[in-house]
Amino acid sequence: MFKILEKKYLANNIWLMDIEAPRVAKSCKPGQFVIVKMDEEGERIPLTICDYDSKKGTVTIVFQTVGASTQEMAKYEVGESFMDFVGPLGCASELIETPVEELKKENILFVCGGVGTAPVYPQVKWMRAHGIDVDVIIGARTKDIIILEDEMRKVAANLYIATDDGSYGFKGNGCDQINELVKNQGKKYTRVVAIGPMIMMKFVSLLTKELNIPTIVSMNPIMVDGTGMCGACRLQVGDEIKFACVDGPEFDGHLVDFDQAMRRQRMYKTEEGRALLRLKEGSTHHGGCGNCN
Amino acid sequence: MEVDVLKRIPVREQEPKVRAANFDEVCLGYNKEEAMAEATRCIKCKNPQCVKGCPVNIDIPGFIKEVENGNFDEAYHVINKYSALPAVCGRVCPQESQCEAKCIRGIKGDAVSIGKLERFVADTAKENGIKPMPAETNNGKKVAIIGSGPAGLTCAGDLAKLGYDVTIFEALHKAGGVLSYGIPEFRLPKKSVVDAEIENVKSLGVKIETNTVVGKAVTIDELLNEEGFDAVFIGSGAGLPRFMGIPGENANGVFSANEYLTRSNLMKAFDEKYDTPIIAGKKVVVVGGGNVAMDAARTALRLGADVHIVYRRSEAELPARVEEVHHAKEEGIIFNLLTNPVEIYEDEEGNVKGIKCIRMELGEPDESGRRSPVEIPGSEFDIEADTVIMSLGTSPNPLISSTTEGLKVNKRKCIVAEESDGSTSKTAVYAGGDAVTGAATVILAMGAGKAAAKGIDEFLSR
Repeated sequence: MFKILEKKYLANNIWLMDIEAPRVAKSCKPGQFVIVKMDEEGERIPLTICDYDSKKGTVTIVFQTVGASTQEMAKYEVGESFMDFVGPLGCASELIETPVEELKKENILFVCGGVGTAPVYPQVKWMRAHGIDVDVIIGARTKDIIILEDEMRKVAANLYIATDDGSYGFKGNGCDQINELVKNQGKKYTRVVAIGPMIMMKFVSLLTKELNIPTIVSMNPIMVDGTGMCGACRLQVGDEIKFACVDGPEFDGHLVDFDQAMRRQRMYKTEEGRALLRLKEGSTHHGGCGNCN
Repeated sequence: MEVDVLKRIPVREQEPKVRAANFDEVCLGYNKEEAMAEATRCIKCKNPQCVKGCPVNIDIPGFIKEVENGNFDEAYHVINKYSALPAVCGRVCPQESQCEAKCIRGIKGDAVSIGKLERFVADTAKENGIKPMPAETNNGKKVAIIGSGPAGLTCAGDLAKLGYDVTIFEALHKAGGVLSYGIPEFRLPKKSVVDAEIENVKSLGVKIETNTVVGKAVTIDELLNEEGFDAVFIGSGAGLPRFMGIPGENANGVFSANEYLTRSNLMKAFDEKYDTPIIAGKKVVVVGGGNVAMDAARTALRLGADVHIVYRRSEAELPARVEEVHHAKEEGIIFNLLTNPVEIYEDEEGNVKGIKCIRMELGEPDESGRRSPVEIPGSEFDIEADTVIMSLGTSPNPLISSTTEGLKVNKRKCIVAEESDGSTSKTAVYAGGDAVTGAATVILAMGAGKAAAKGIDEFLSR
């Protein structure tokens, strides 16, 4: 069992939890992920590692309640435990595997969207710890749903906030902000790391391709085991089929077939929708239409 | 009970029509009278060939004699000297090509039904609460086992009986490896058989640490150098699925057999109480002809689909057990033999809508000795489908070999290990099962686990 030591509401149905998992905390690196299974009947839910403390033996996860399982997860309180918590899975971020001296010569821009801000945070924190200055954009629909702003401000050289409705910071989305920085302010980036919803990563990658800036994205497709066994998470990357769980989760954003990945992500939307309704409406869900039993 | 020495006592099964709609076990097994009657058919040869046909060399005439005399507990202890998983082996071993293939009775008439007798003994022992005997003393030496499948459980059980302090590390949340995630409930019940056998291994003092991915959370070198293990056995299996590389293979509705079976068996997606979804499919095509293909096809059938198996060679070359093919046909699965997929069609939303196949004929034998299939030009045809399950075999996961210094692998990424004792290119590290051979059978993995346990014991007794 894996005990919840801390629970915090961030914003916009996004929760943060510290989980006691010493083996994972001891061996994980930024960019990797874990799989959580709440109880006997639960699904295996992949979540990117947001932070970790190897001394305390804790791993921080951040999740948004989008379906029935994540809504159940948000009901867990401090002191309660998840039945299964496995990791670290996947490869560490390409950046932290790059020699620090080389990184210092680079000018890196992180672009985060929504809950994707969480997995960016440990990477930026790692950069700061190694004396590397990086810029960060947090993009959101509106001010109220921005997460981890203060934490990010402490570790980023420059933090840019972009909101679609202009309620905070720059008015526009992440792509508009990149354009503003590169085209209008003359910033020169050697690399972009984009983590967020697939649609956002797709458009950032299209833009950076045009701007000729190498781009890393972190893919979050459907997974079951997370160890390379099932192939549910397969992606078309250039000419190759890759498994996000063992070959990724990071890939070259200019090579990923995002349209296919987004189609694949919708594969279980009917089943997920039904599960959510069951959770919300309980036994009243069935109105006796006679079409299902 | 009357016995015709030439004919085996038939075993009771669920009716095909009934079982095609449920996940309960197909074969119901012998009762006491049937088992004792079948046992009388064994001649108890002085030089028993059946034992030579068994990868773990169970004293088959020995345990059958105890069954004949009604000493079922004794029969269990005889088997348990050789096998930690008799309830599993009695169900999934290919006896027809091993022990039973060598049975003298089989020369004229039916071979003795050794598998069904083994199953009876194991199930009866469980009912009577008979457990394997643990070691009397602990020798203080620690062995780590990677993977809790048939190889790992066997190696762990044997070492524990010799007094070793054994810990199994399992990557998934549940122990059992392919017994839990791969083989379906209707062929190998999880709670009453697999979990019970694992409990028996644990009762010998074996610890199982689930949710631990060796190669990620901890490496083999760390187990040896920091966590105080004196030896390691790698039984991590062959988990990586293969795909064909044909157009449309990433369409929604194309699954590896591993994914489909894992969803159904490990995550119990067939049971409404569990949260993991599975797309049952209405028209399912399973590509491949092995036991895993039969398992996937029969699972899809039970979830309500019409199921076709597409296999590129003929019936004679089907790698699946004859019994599995027979059961699949009885249940209504359609076999498209000498047929190979060339493309998967998808609709505008990316969902599978059909599969284009080509007819094949058998040409010259290939290196495996089987006649290799050759396409018949111009013979393409379509099968309507909304789901395609690829069951083309699996290869070992490179996670462990790539994170263990000095561990040799061959060009198929299989760990190189001695067959006789499981030793690898690295001192104190042993390996066996599918991680070494590539995908094979439960019993061969158990044989390798057994050989490695002996190898490790010799190494640590030096």
